[in-house]
Amino acid sequence: MSLASQLVNLLAAFLLLIAFAMLSQRRILTLIHLFAWQGVALAASTFLVAHTTGQTHLYFSAALTVLLKVMLIPWVLHRLIDRLNVKWDVETLINIPTTMLIGIGLAIFAFALAAPISQMASTLTRSTLGIALASVLLSFLMMIVRRKAVPQVIGFLAMENGLFFAATSATYGMPLVVELGVALDVLVGTFIFGIFFFHIREQFDSLEIRHMEKLKED
Amino acid sequence: MEIALVLGIPLLGGLVLALVGHKRWAPEVNAAMSFATFCAAALLTAKVVADGPMVALEEQFFVDPFNVFLVALTAFVGFTTALFSRPYMRIEEHHGRVNSARLRLYHSMYQLFSFTMVLCLLSNNVGILWVALEGATLSTVLLVSLYRTPASLEAAWKYFILCSVGIAQALFGVILLYFAAEKVLGPGGTSLLWTHLYEVRHQLEPTVLSLAFVFLLVGFGTKVGLVPLHNWLPDAHAEGPTPVSAVLSGLLLNVALYAVVRSKVLVDGALDRNFSGNLMMGFGLLSVVVAAFFLSRQKDIKRMFAYSSVEHMGIMTFAFGMGGPVAAFAGLLHMTVHSLTKSAIFFTVGHASQKTGTQNMDEIRGLIESNPTIGWGLVLGSLAILGMPPFGVFTSEFMVLTTAMHEHSWATPFLLVALGVAFAAIFGKVQPMVFGATTARRLPHPPALIPVFVHLAIVLMLGVYIPPYLVDWYRQAARLIG
Repeated sequence: MSLASQLVNLLAAFLLLIAFAMLSQRRILTLIHLFAWQGVALAASTFLVAHTTGQTHLYFSAALTVLLKVMLIPWVLHRLIDRLNVKWDVETLINIPTTMLIGIGLAIFAFALAAPISQMASTLTRSTLGIALASVLLSFLMMIVRRKAVPQVIGFLAMENGLFFAATSATYGMPLVVELGVALDVLVGTFIFGIFFFHIREQFDSLEIRHMEKLKED
Repeated sequence: MEIALVLGIPLLGGLVLALVGHKRWAPEVNAAMSFATFCAAALLTAKVVADGPMVALEEQFFVDPFNVFLVALTAFVGFTTALFSRPYMRIEEHHGRVNSARLRLYHSMYQLFSFTMVLCLLSNNVGILWVALEGATLSTVLLVSLYRTPASLEAAWKYFILCSVGIAQALFGVILLYFAAEKVLGPGGTSLLWTHLYEVRHQLEPTVLSLAFVFLLVGFGTKVGLVPLHNWLPDAHAEGPTPVSAVLSGLLLNVALYAVVRSKVLVDGALDRNFSGNLMMGFGLLSVVVAAFFLSRQKDIKRMFAYSSVEHMGIMTFAFGMGGPVAAFAGLLHMTVHSLTKSAIFFTVGHASQKTGTQNMDEIRGLIESNPTIGWGLVLGSLAILGMPPFGVFTSEFMVLTTAMHEHSWATPFLLVALGVAFAAIFGKVQPMVFGATTARRLPHPPALIPVFVHLAIVLMLGVYIPPYLVDWYRQAARLIG
């Protein structure tokens, strides 16, 4: 194994570690920091892959990640929670140790699912596909167990990180036009989420999803 | 050239209406833009019918009988809905439910929504298709919450979160697809193009593609509204403005199903067993049955017809899952008649609830007495959607059922029972709403009911007589996906 692929593996491990940390984190502010760090790990691994394989469009992708997921979106989220004054601790539906256990189960499932595909990958980063899938599923879990709107959104964005990581680890990145499109969607989505927070708070005086469980089948 | 027009007009419309959407004449601009899109789509259709499939702009866009038919349908229903929305939104403004700033948002997003749907249909790039489908969610989410009531905010939040999560699964599917395609086609832009993928579909790695299809089906299936991923759909339809419900139900669901069907064709080439077909049949049948039983429990009229959409999307998914020329033909026909009928129903329902001031079916009474056209429109629309002959829905459902009897006889009882339950539920609820005495008020603007009867007339015609060129067209499309 070359140094570069070892480094990518290390960064992949960081990504997974951060996904678990997010799952266990109660404070929203720390969640945002963790999300930014996940972006750093993602950008670094993309840069490394770009450097070793000479895929120039991955440099753009790495720069885009830094710009969007390390700087812009965390900044927007910071501003939002400042303006909305929501720094309270996060309540979860299931207690944290149980969530972590489910998370471990999901990670094992993801590795089992990705194993046959990783065998086929010829890229230098093939062993990381399982990690990417695991972090997607962990973010999914986080969206399910969190009751407040902001952590749900961070879960969604972290899921997008996992997907980007899957794209670079399995295939050296999607075509540039697609990556730009996805980045645009994420950006527009974040702004709409922001607008939404204000509307929700205006209506319910809180950002708890609990208030929004009226529409049910009876 | 025609492709550029079809895509450019709604995009331009979105930008123009972002500036002038609050003006008194904005609804007319909106309708005019949609009409222009429809004309461009008609030109494109004529060209494809004459010259056959084509690609454009460095192969980034492509047109074949399957997607051009959906583009034409999308543009047509987009236009008639814009006509309907003209008086409808004026009445809403009159009732004080929206102000001019929100109307500007509404008109602009309406056009952008049309743009994303057409982009999704015409794009040759699977990745761009994904981006456009996500864009369709983003452009409608603020429309669902347009009234800013607690219920509409909740519905929009649910819609946003569930569809974004769903579509994120689809992105993973696209990544896996790219992963498989890259091995054959080499890295770079071309390995995500449908046209290139079809040529090499027999060489793609089966294990990867089967996993990719599961992710794609779950992801796009969330937007199709397949059970158990349908939770967002009734809420979004019930709480948003009615024109939005009409285009969501009549168009967006079709576009999402289009994405599923395209993926299925690809995967079928790589796998010899009928893996994708069985999955789609399972999801489709489950949707039909579950939605049919939920119908009778509804109190809100738009919610009920939203569940009816879930049911019909299930029928289509089932039909495409069976595969073969007849079933694919039936699926395409059902796509057409469902989107025409369901949007017509939403038009009448919208005006009916404006007249009575409620969406609660127990409080809507005597529609025929207060306004015969709305009342009869609702009766005829409901009969059409329930598959009564001689409407077109009957033809397509009959074809689906007979094919199912031949090829998958185990599924027929489920389908028949579900259709029967749906009939009892919807007919039982519509009847008291249209007959009897009324307390409804007059509307401040005359309602637009011409689109309703135009739609129903087309559906009736398709039930009695399908013009030969249309048959030919459906056959060509069915051959592509069958």
